[in-house]
Amino acid sequence: MPVIEYIEAIRLAMKEEMERDPEVFVMGEDVGLKGGVFGTTKGLQQQFGEDRALDTPLAESAIAGVAIGAAMAGMKPIAEMQYSDFMFPATNQIISEAAKIRYRSNNDWSCPIVIRAPIGGGVFGGLYHSQCPESVFFGTPGLKIVAPSTAYDAKGLLKAAIRDPDPVLFFENKKCYRLVADEVPEEDYTVPIGKSKVMREGGDITVIGYSMPLHFAMQAAEELSREEGVEAHVLDLRTLQPLDRAGILEAAAKTGKVLIVHEDNKTGGVGAEVAAIIAEELLYDLDAPIRRLCGPDVPAMPINPPGEKHFLLNKEKLKSAMLELARF
Amino acid sequence: MTQTGTVRQNSRHAALGISDEKAVAMYEIMKLARMYDERGQLLQRAGKINFHISGITQEPSQTAMAFAMDRERDWFLPYYRDYALVLSVGMTVKELMLSIFAKAEDPNSAGRQMPGHFGCRRLRIVTGSSPVTTQVPHAVGFALAAKMRGEDAVSIVSFGEGSSNQGDFHEGLNFAGVQKLPVVFVCQNNQYAISVPFSKQSAGKIADRAIGYGFPGYRVDGNDPLEVYRVVKEARERAAAGEGPTLIEIMTYRVTAHSTSDNDLAYRTKEEVEIHKAKDGIPVYRRYLTELGLWSDEKEDELTRRLRAMIDEATEYAEKAPFQPPEDSFRYVYAEEGEAR
Amino acid sequence: MAKQVVEITMPQLAESLVNATIDRWLKQPGDTVDMYEPICDLITDKVNAELPSTVRGTLVKILKGEGEVVDVGTAICLVETEEAAASAPTAPSAKEERQAAVPAATAGAPGLASPASAPMPAVAFDPNAPMRSRFSPAVQRLAAENGVDLARVAGSGLGGRITRKDVLAAIGSGNRGGAEPVHAPAPAALSYAPTPAFTPAKAAETLIIPEVEVDEGSPAPGGREYSIDVTPIRNTIAKNMRQSVNEIPHAWTMVEVDLTNLVNLRKALKDDFKKNEGINLTFMPFLLKAVVGAIKEYPLMNSVWAVDKIIVKRDINLSIAVGSEESVITPVIRNADQKTITGLAHEIHDLARRTREGKLKLADLQGGTFTVNNTGTFGSVLSYPIINYPQAAILTLETIVKRPVVIGEMIGIRSMVNLCLSFDHRILDGIICGRFHQKVKEILESYGPDTKLY
Repeated sequence: MPVIEYIEAIRLAMKEEMERDPEVFVMGEDVGLKGGVFGTTKGLQQQFGEDRALDTPLAESAIAGVAIGAAMAGMKPIAEMQYSDFMFPATNQIISEAAKIRYRSNNDWSCPIVIRAPIGGGVFGGLYHSQCPESVFFGTPGLKIVAPSTAYDAKGLLKAAIRDPDPVLFFENKKCYRLVADEVPEEDYTVPIGKSKVMREGGDITVIGYSMPLHFAMQAAEELSREEGVEAHVLDLRTLQPLDRAGILEAAAKTGKVLIVHEDNKTGGVGAEVAAIIAEELLYDLDAPIRRLCGPDVPAMPINPPGEKHFLLNKEKLKSAMLELARF
Repeated sequence: MTQTGTVRQNSRHAALGISDEKAVAMYEIMKLARMYDERGQLLQRAGKINFHISGITQEPSQTAMAFAMDRERDWFLPYYRDYALVLSVGMTVKELMLSIFAKAEDPNSAGRQMPGHFGCRRLRIVTGSSPVTTQVPHAVGFALAAKMRGEDAVSIVSFGEGSSNQGDFHEGLNFAGVQKLPVVFVCQNNQYAISVPFSKQSAGKIADRAIGYGFPGYRVDGNDPLEVYRVVKEARERAAAGEGPTLIEIMTYRVTAHSTSDNDLAYRTKEEVEIHKAKDGIPVYRRYLTELGLWSDEKEDELTRRLRAMIDEATEYAEKAPFQPPEDSFRYVYAEEGEAR
Repeated sequence: MAKQVVEITMPQLAESLVNATIDRWLKQPGDTVDMYEPICDLITDKVNAELPSTVRGTLVKILKGEGEVVDVGTAICLVETEEAAASAPTAPSAKEERQAAVPAATAGAPGLASPASAPMPAVAFDPNAPMRSRFSPAVQRLAAENGVDLARVAGSGLGGRITRKDVLAAIGSGNRGGAEPVHAPAPAALSYAPTPAFTPAKAAETLIIPEVEVDEGSPAPGGREYSIDVTPIRNTIAKNMRQSVNEIPHAWTMVEVDLTNLVNLRKALKDDFKKNEGINLTFMPFLLKAVVGAIKEYPLMNSVWAVDKIIVKRDINLSIAVGSEESVITPVIRNADQKTITGLAHEIHDLARRTREGKLKLADLQGGTFTVNNTGTFGSVLSYPIINYPQAAILTLETIVKRPVVIGEMIGIRSMVNLCLSFDHRILDGIICGRFHQKVKEILESYGPDTKLY
């Protein structure tokens, strides 16, 4: 099975879906001739033409709103937000419109749109090229939200999102783009939305998270296994909405010691809901307070290297938190 | 009837390609919308329904807009006062009544949304919301889809002059202009955004904004349905011919309060309202038809009786119809198992 | 300023890029390089760019050739400069260095300061640990469902907390808390002997008992075995025991002592003693006092074999054996001969408490000259102690039992105890030990209403 980069997995998912279904198209700023500022849509305009790899005006609400209209008309648009930091102008379209179209029309209309947006820092992007806005959209019924951590899941989830009959926010981690590469089958496959994945089995502590920080968790888990004999059970949520309750509960019950990790800030983050689910259903399986290791509650990360480093999670921070929980 | 042939040749509607039957049908829709609207207000005042929002005086232009479009192919994205438009496109007064009573059979939302939030896939009426102007980019999206598929469909979208200040108005128009998409933007300028007069919403004409986006904009008298018809028809033809969008600013006046929850005399005078009531387009259009021999007092009486009976029946039906079972109000957040769409 | 060779590293040319390919070198070794002068062409997925020099100087060496893919941050060439190192691009800012030294306080896990390298503590049994009685919901449920007596389960968690795994292990081992603490097997009645001094770090580990692991790997005959890891403390004990047994020719003797008077004395004094001193009055200080008295008479008991000579210690420093679940250590009461019975009682209490809390200092474990072990606490009436190497002898106090005893021509019910003595036969012989033994017995039996505790 070929090993490909996370970014290539995303590009391939779009390419293959556009080949499979003529109603699939991608639109956004710089997605056409340039192939995206990160290169995510490279080659798509050359292969599919200007309409299906559509360069749009610099106006996020229109990118979302026009895509929503096209989706209601039966197309399968993929709207790209250049950085998730810039998708807030489109928030009204996403929350007031896309999320509610099926419900408000009593199933008469639907909105099969995919909105892709790169999240996360560690690329010297400063405040406005580094944010994780999941929590802004999380908790909006009608939206599905996915945030893969591996190339395999990125491709499988993006394909599933494109084929999904409802609006899906696809949060891809820009730090993962070229840092993460793994085995991705050449044949067509999808990863089901709403299903978490056990990345590592262990009996001492459970780490639940999504996106980039899981790689730190995995590195820390290997070291803790080697150095301390601590075996971490690591669960990748993959889908943030709807959360895989069964998967979360199973993973949490396995050890009774849960560390939730994400780069989005702690207060009101996805982790808070994961913690609440566990607290609601697993009181008698808990052996330690549920812990969260998240981005700090500051507006966003600074661009200066020490500041960015201080803000971000890393293997050491994960390891320390995991060990502390293991010892509790 | 012997004279009609001669008159018809010289009539304005014939010149626009509107048949006599169609001209009369337009009048009947205007009347139906007006009577439905008045009934809605009565029902609210009588405590039978919670809320009504009116489109009175805007019926002639709304009717003309719809009739100027291809009601088999085109996409309609109305705003909350567009009763005459949706009735023209095929929604029945019974369906509107079901909506105003918020009953399960309401095709717009099964009684989930406020009245005036139209949507009916069968009639190509696109579902809408309350945050204003979000429908403008949607209309552009429908036009984009039509263009990509090579379909001969045009989308038409309504909004108020207040909404014309939203970012979605500008973003939508600009997008459509760049891509030369088949869409007709219609601003129904009724002079008030709730309490704020047009003079405090815009320092210029809404129609003039089109030039900034690279396509034509026209201002038209909303009390003259035939003129509205002409302008919209031309806009549709331009769109269908691949020449891109058009912005149309229909000048009208909201003679009712913003909604049943609003007291308009807090911000304007009765005199001002009366002046505009006198300019109501429906009696003018009736006179036009009557002068051409297409209409008469007898026909008016007969129509009024017929519409009244229809509205009575719809009211009674809707009032008795069941609400959506509360447990069903949790359905359709997402597609249900096995649904592809 | 002195010349200096500076590395030029691959910069992060754009967000998300982790590497770049060197397309062509524009400078060769020996070429002078000006500040910001392009030195090579780079190709990446996002941008193609000339790489400007970040220093002024002479290119000395090219480290990465054309066509090589180089990770961000990797050195690609060396430039000799005359500038201070501070201007070199690779030098981290002082602030960065400072921050790197401070453990990052990330919102989330509280108290991240615990060093990641500290070893994972194994299961300990300490009834007074601060978190011992803070039971998590999972622990309470498991204990209730499986009839586990939590008071008898050792806690491996922070502050001695009983973890879910501890309870599961207790259930798995079938030991749900009968007469003996789960995970804390009772020490063997025989062969229970102290070990000599440990370092303080090791002293902390005395609270450790090995984790029980059920070996599921090999379905060996019935799978009826499991292995226990040898902890460092266990290893030390083993080594010392082996050394003592190997080197010292042990001899053993026992006397029987009538403690009836002492028992009565203690009974009469203990309540006041508790009130006045805040600690329990046990038999140990009386025994120590007796041992000290006997040693004074027979100082050879307080000596060390040094092959060509016997070293007799003037200080009488009594090692007392303090056992925990799976180990035993021997803290020392210094100059025990200078202390009253009350003073000895306080010393014993203090050492036992600090042993449990792991707060012994190195000095507490060093310099013992003779060992006393209260084996009676676990019900033994006869034991064969191993000498606390390199001392000369060890004495045990066995369980006090009431027995019919012939006194003169009568039979009385007396509180009797056995004192067992192992001694180094290289130094000591039967006669001297017999006398020593008798002296201890004499003193113990002489305790009575007139005995002074202070």
